[in-house]
Amino acid sequence: MAIDTRKAGTEAQGPRASLLNDPKFRALAYQILVVGAIVAIGWYLVSNTLNNLARQNIATGFGFMDREASFAISESLIDYSPASNYGRAFVVGLLNTLKASLLGIVLATILGTIVGISRLSSNWLVARLATVYVETVRNIPLLLQLFLWYGVVTESLPHPRQALSPVEGVFLSNRGFLLPAPVADPAWLWAIGAFFVGIALAVAVKVWADRRQAATGWQFPTLRFNLLLILGLPVLAWMLAGAPTVMEVPELRGFNFVGGISLSPEFAAILIGLVVYTASFIAEIVRSGILAVNYGQSEAGLALGLQRSQVLRLVVLPQSLRVIVPPMTSQYLNLTKNSSLAVAIGYPDVVSIANTTMNQTGQAIEGVALIMAVYLTISLAISLFMNWYNKHIALVER
Amino acid sequence: MAQDTGVGSRSVERPPVLSAGPLGWLRANLFSTWYNALLTIVILWVLLQIVPPMADWLVLSAQWGEGSQEACRAAGGACWSFIDEKWRFIVFGTFPSDQHWRPTIAILLIIGLLFVSSNRNFWSPWLGLVWVVGMGLVFGILYGGFLGLSFVPNTLWGGLPLTLVLSVVGLAVAFPFAVLLALGRRSDLPFIRAMCVGFIELIRGVPLISILFMASVMFPLFLPTGVTIDKLLRAQIGFILFAAAYQAEVVRGGLQAIPKGQYEAADGLGLSYWQKTSKIILPQALSIVIPPMVNTFISFFKDTSLVIIIGLFDLMSTAKAALTDPAWRGFYREAYIFIGLIYFAFCFFMSRYSQWLETSLNRSRRH
Amino acid sequence: MTAIQTSGDGTTPGPRQLGDEVAIEMIGVHKWFGEFHVLRDINLTVHRGERIVVCGPSGSGKSTLIRCINRLEEHQKGKIIVDGTELTGNLKNIEVVRREVGMVFQHFNLFPHLTVLENCTLAPIWVKKVPKAEAEATAMHYLERVRIPEQAKKYPGQLSGGQQQRVAIARALCMNPKVMLFDEPTSALDPEMVKEVLDTMVSLAETGMTMLVVTHEMGFAKSVADRVIFMDQGEVVEQNEPEEFFSNPRSERTKLFLSQILSH
Repeated sequence: MAIDTRKAGTEAQGPRASLLNDPKFRALAYQILVVGAIVAIGWYLVSNTLNNLARQNIATGFGFMDREASFAISESLIDYSPASNYGRAFVVGLLNTLKASLLGIVLATILGTIVGISRLSSNWLVARLATVYVETVRNIPLLLQLFLWYGVVTESLPHPRQALSPVEGVFLSNRGFLLPAPVADPAWLWAIGAFFVGIALAVAVKVWADRRQAATGWQFPTLRFNLLLILGLPVLAWMLAGAPTVMEVPELRGFNFVGGISLSPEFAAILIGLVVYTASFIAEIVRSGILAVNYGQSEAGLALGLQRSQVLRLVVLPQSLRVIVPPMTSQYLNLTKNSSLAVAIGYPDVVSIANTTMNQTGQAIEGVALIMAVYLTISLAISLFMNWYNKHIALVER
Repeated sequence: MAQDTGVGSRSVERPPVLSAGPLGWLRANLFSTWYNALLTIVILWVLLQIVPPMADWLVLSAQWGEGSQEACRAAGGACWSFIDEKWRFIVFGTFPSDQHWRPTIAILLIIGLLFVSSNRNFWSPWLGLVWVVGMGLVFGILYGGFLGLSFVPNTLWGGLPLTLVLSVVGLAVAFPFAVLLALGRRSDLPFIRAMCVGFIELIRGVPLISILFMASVMFPLFLPTGVTIDKLLRAQIGFILFAAAYQAEVVRGGLQAIPKGQYEAADGLGLSYWQKTSKIILPQALSIVIPPMVNTFISFFKDTSLVIIIGLFDLMSTAKAALTDPAWRGFYREAYIFIGLIYFAFCFFMSRYSQWLETSLNRSRRH
Repeated sequence: MTAIQTSGDGTTPGPRQLGDEVAIEMIGVHKWFGEFHVLRDINLTVHRGERIVVCGPSGSGKSTLIRCINRLEEHQKGKIIVDGTELTGNLKNIEVVRREVGMVFQHFNLFPHLTVLENCTLAPIWVKKVPKAEAEATAMHYLERVRIPEQAKKYPGQLSGGQQQRVAIARALCMNPKVMLFDEPTSALDPEMVKEVLDTMVSLAETGMTMLVVTHEMGFAKSVADRVIFMDQGEVVEQNEPEEFFSNPRSERTKLFLSQILSH
């Protein structure tokens, strides 16, 4: 290690020595050594594995995916029965993972933003409570929190017969949460259609308002109008279609409820747990993002005569978002990865299904590989998006 | 503020009552605007609904000290008798009960090591040796089998000592790998860089649980026929891989924070790559990354709770196991609060320490 | 306005002839930060077209004084009337005043996510509801006045400190303010950039703009100011026309301050 390449290089020496001291040769040699060592270790492990598999008569490959799964899955977004194959079971698990993650991301962002802003509130009580929330939740393992929420749902809530009903038609029991569902009627389809039309119109209004403002200076209350458009149009469509109000209210039949929309206790626990935990991290990101914008920026905006809301929208937010978005994405990724803890409370996510499959078929390598492939795909997609986004919004400096 | 003696000669005028004193504080902090006032009142009302019943459950109606579960259910509050009955099992797991002093000493040793390491006066290469000796003692006292100590296989270890051993050993062993990975990721050698990037991103892209699955079901297949490794070691290796990838990214952050001039100065002095790295770059980079490193340790400490899924008896598992006792069913809140407090105590102190360290390091760097 | 402009370039000694119109009036203004009394009984009348330099040791309250004028700081006692509008808790009044009063900060406070041109058009478009093309034309006009029209498409981070401060002046001028406040506009600049900013301010003064300038640049005070105000410990200790102020300070505290600041 102590050979000085510079000195050796300047002195006239034999060809052998100069080759050893040639940085290019050294670089190549190092790399060949390291790569060789890793390939050797890898080959050793693979050959051991193949030996062991052959000895235990375990088939390799993904052929098992076509075989009948013969286990039941408690909740599924697509048709599934124990007669379906393992491949379909995986899809069910993947969809369940995505369901919990996407809902979790939306709710955690909302809660986290509220808590983060609350930590900066001028109201002492609000700021204190937000701090206590963040400090407590961050310092307790997520798994423990999941168990606690699951315990609260399954053990502390009453049986369906004595279900709590905080609002008419909503029931909380140890079999999960039940919400009323609208009875199928074309009016609901109209309303959903109107919602998307509303979004399209809102975009059009925004473009029109921006052009109009550029040309005449005349400002249109785009935000308020569009909100009204997106929310009001579905209501209008629903009313025009006859305003059906028949709801399918969950009904107690025998020992459990029938009808309505139901959230299983497992799903409720994983969702609450992920949201509460991740929100505490998002809160810190939002807080530091806001603090990262120098107060002088707000002052300059105010001094120019902008209103507080305009300062927030035109000056502070565009700058905070640049600070907030990258760590926020990694929290989204963490939430998605943490949804794998669902296996501990029996929510059938992709890890849980893979686990069952591994136990039934003994195809451990394929199972673990599938889990990893799923999460790597999600991670890679998100980081590609992030790189693009970061380049897009980076502040121009000299 | 340039205040001098001139103030004393003038009559001191106090701010109007509304902007100072306790009243001023209340107005500024709780009732500054109508919506703040409304918010304050709503929150106070909600707290009034929640806090008294909670305090009642936690303290007033709770059953303290020894007692039966019937007494607990009659009392209607928290059943601390359950903890009184089970705390030894939760903290020490299935370790032989007449030998509980041994895991106690192990816990104290690890806490002592952490405490010593937190003091900046002790930061030196010698600290590494202290850790090796200290952890040797920890394993010695847990395994036994010498000086009349009975041998206790690690399948009987459990509870807090296991949680601490997993996290501390995982982090300590992963650290040198992390440094190498971070250096590799910034290396000019394309193959080495590609492999380091590949490893780091692979591990960071998948959930810890899949790595633990891999460790528990795939590692045995990797070994030659007839060789087995025990469950604890497999989980430990999984943790080391995981920790190495995350720490590598922290170390890389430190390496990136070193000004380019430092590299150039070292090159200018004619130092070789390893001299430059070990004498100039790493000492600076590592001192920068200590606070984020402590944060990694905190999340890592929390993550050890996942070993319950592959069937190891850490603090979380022992608490769950204690709950399966048919005589004490349904006291999950008490159990979770108890271990929650243990986790919280460790994590909270470590996070406070990392904040303190960061400000004090910043301060000393500026002078 | 035109009368003022011509008289400003007239014979050097003696005060310029100023209009009777009052631009800013402060009556018995007090302010506290917590228990700390930063402004004590400030009484100040600024006439239209008047150029005032406020100086004093750091912590004397001079920045706070001018920040009270566009209510970046709230005073707790007394009255501040800007261009006939009294500053109270009323948000409408505050908006009105901020439109009429431009401000230049020590640290520029340009918006880093907007180009130089966008920095200048932001407030005209959103506050004055000016069409974009018109706002851009105005902005280019003022950027030419501060002599950096060629930087219009760049971002603040690409400019030097002196250029940034000139953009900040242009940005404030784009709102056509009646009064301009300068809060130590040259303190954060490298020495070689101070002059370009001061030159811009001098040429602005020549247009008859009402200006309140917190600065330690005594050369600027001597050549441009109609009146110099010396503050210490939250009080206006002394005010006078520059000639008299510098040659014949009355208070001991002023003498001490001047000896410290002029000794280099």
